[in-house]
Amino acid sequence: MDIFLQQIINAISLGGIYALLALGLAVVFSIVSLINFAHGELMTVAGYGMFFAIAVSLPFPFALAAAVIFACAAALLTERFAFRPMRKADMTGLLLTSFAVSAILRVLFQNGISARSKAVPLPAELSGAIDLGFFHIGIVPLLSIVTTALSLWALTLFLRRTTLGKAMRAAAEDFQVLRLMGIKANRVIAVAFAVSGVLAGVAAVLWIAQRGSVDPLMGFVPVLKAFVAAVIGGLGSLSGAVAGGFALGILEVLFQAFLPEAALPFRDAFVLGFVILILIWRPDGLIPAPVSRRS
Amino acid sequence: MLEVSGLKVKYGEVEAVKGISLSVPRGSIVVLLGANGAGKSSTLNAIAGLVPATGKVTFEGELLSGQPAEDIVRRGISLTPEGRRVFPSLTVAENLHLGGAAHAAGEVLKGRIEAELERFPILRERYHQKAGLLSGGEQQMLAIARSLMAAPRLLLLDEPSLGLAPLIVDKVFDLITDLRSKGLTILLVEQNAERALEVSDHGFVLQSGQVVLQGTGPELVRSDLVKQAYLSE
Ligand SMILES: Nc1ncnc2c1ncn2[C@@H]1O[C@H](COP(=O)(O)OP(=O)(O)O)[C@@H](O)[C@H]1O
Ligand SMILES: [Mg+2]
Repeated sequence: MDIFLQQIINAISLGGIYALLALGLAVVFSIVSLINFAHGELMTVAGYGMFFAIAVSLPFPFALAAAVIFACAAALLTERFAFRPMRKADMTGLLLTSFAVSAILRVLFQNGISARSKAVPLPAELSGAIDLGFFHIGIVPLLSIVTTALSLWALTLFLRRTTLGKAMRAAAEDFQVLRLMGIKANRVIAVAFAVSGVLAGVAAVLWIAQRGSVDPLMGFVPVLKAFVAAVIGGLGSLSGAVAGGFALGILEVLFQAFLPEAALPFRDAFVLGFVILILIWRPDGLIPAPVSRRS
Repeated sequence: MLEVSGLKVKYGEVEAVKGISLSVPRGSIVVLLGANGAGKSSTLNAIAGLVPATGKVTFEGELLSGQPAEDIVRRGISLTPEGRRVFPSLTVAENLHLGGAAHAAGEVLKGRIEAELERFPILRERYHQKAGLLSGGEQQMLAIARSLMAAPRLLLLDEPSLGLAPLIVDKVFDLITDLRSKGLTILLVEQNAERALEVSDHGFVLQSGQVVLQGTGPELVRSDLVKQAYLSE
């Protein structure tokens, strides 16, 4: 019972991180048809933001804020100086741009900061567990789940209640008509990037809380997985990204827990095999994005 | 009010509009007629700033050419595009809100939404439904209401009666005359030449990107070209 519950908690907290990252990818993809492979570097930027804030002995909450602010700023800067000039390019052009941005940022981290990983010390209170009598729950996974839930709730409110949020949903369906209403395309796109940056920042904090360090390649693996999650969910669909993120997290934890010892090194192969099965069953993903019209 | 001269629209090598000139006087209804592919939508889209064009477009004496769509609607020109193009997964309320959000806020915006709900009672009934679930006629009403949220002085309507049942088509044309009587100027693109010429003051006939005929409504109804090509008698 204890182990089973533990695995469920792990699956939800890992899935939550994938969901936040996949959402960040989906928010941008749904509006500008860009699969932003530099999304992982946003995570890394957030990680270094946290590292430096702690290094100059800012209180921990400020370090958390720094992570999110750095990632959001980096997302806006890459939009303004890399993706906006390429706005007229096709999907391949945008994809290559994002590879370039990702490579440039990685080199900057490696040469400008350090190729080796930097420890990000967390407050001691976070390392414990809460005793629920029948069951111990780790503080980090618990906070991770709560943070994911709050982030999803806040994003939903933003998308449903605010003009910019509505405009983002409309832009995913018909950007040209949105421009006819007088709503500035650049503004909506910038907001989409900002949202994806914030989500990457939150995900980075949760990721670092589990491993306690940041390095130049930190974002690569989680964002690769987030991409898989976004595809499982239905590329460009926001609720799909969330569903895909949790599905992937659950699959990983399940295979980790129940594969025989000898097969464990091949866990990701099993997971991806299962993903292929899902996609054979539902080629457009779990919750496909509505077909949008673009110019 | 609107003056277009030498307007050209090119899609790659294809020249869809080959230098057309037209004018829309204040308070009038002007109709563009023409077969499929004649360049009617391209003309409206070019005026609204959605597609790049060469030539000169002036509105109330100010040069519009080269401005992006976002700015042109601020000058007082709204386009209701062909095929309605409501945002299907957004509610009626959200569609209307976005129509006005760049032009008004707070009580003014609420007032405008209320005015459109008065004009189109069916939208009040459907207010919280997703636009994609409305019937074709209801979607057309929503698309027009959404354009009106910008409080334009000139409304560009691209085939508002396309694919609608006859009863709804009547409603659309009643609406067009009603809007004009309230001071709006309208540039209308229609396949339904008979009905369009009834309500309009002036018409232009387009053929492969050029104006081949123009005149008042009655003149065009009597012309052989229009009779043969667009009227069914
Ligand atoms: N986005 C586009 N890209 C390429 N060609 C287009 C595009 N839009 C329209 N065309 C072409 O331009 C011509 C005029 O089209 P359009 O303006 O839509 O005519 P109409 O509204 O009178 O039916 C047609 O030959 C059409 O195929
Ligand atoms: Mg057309």
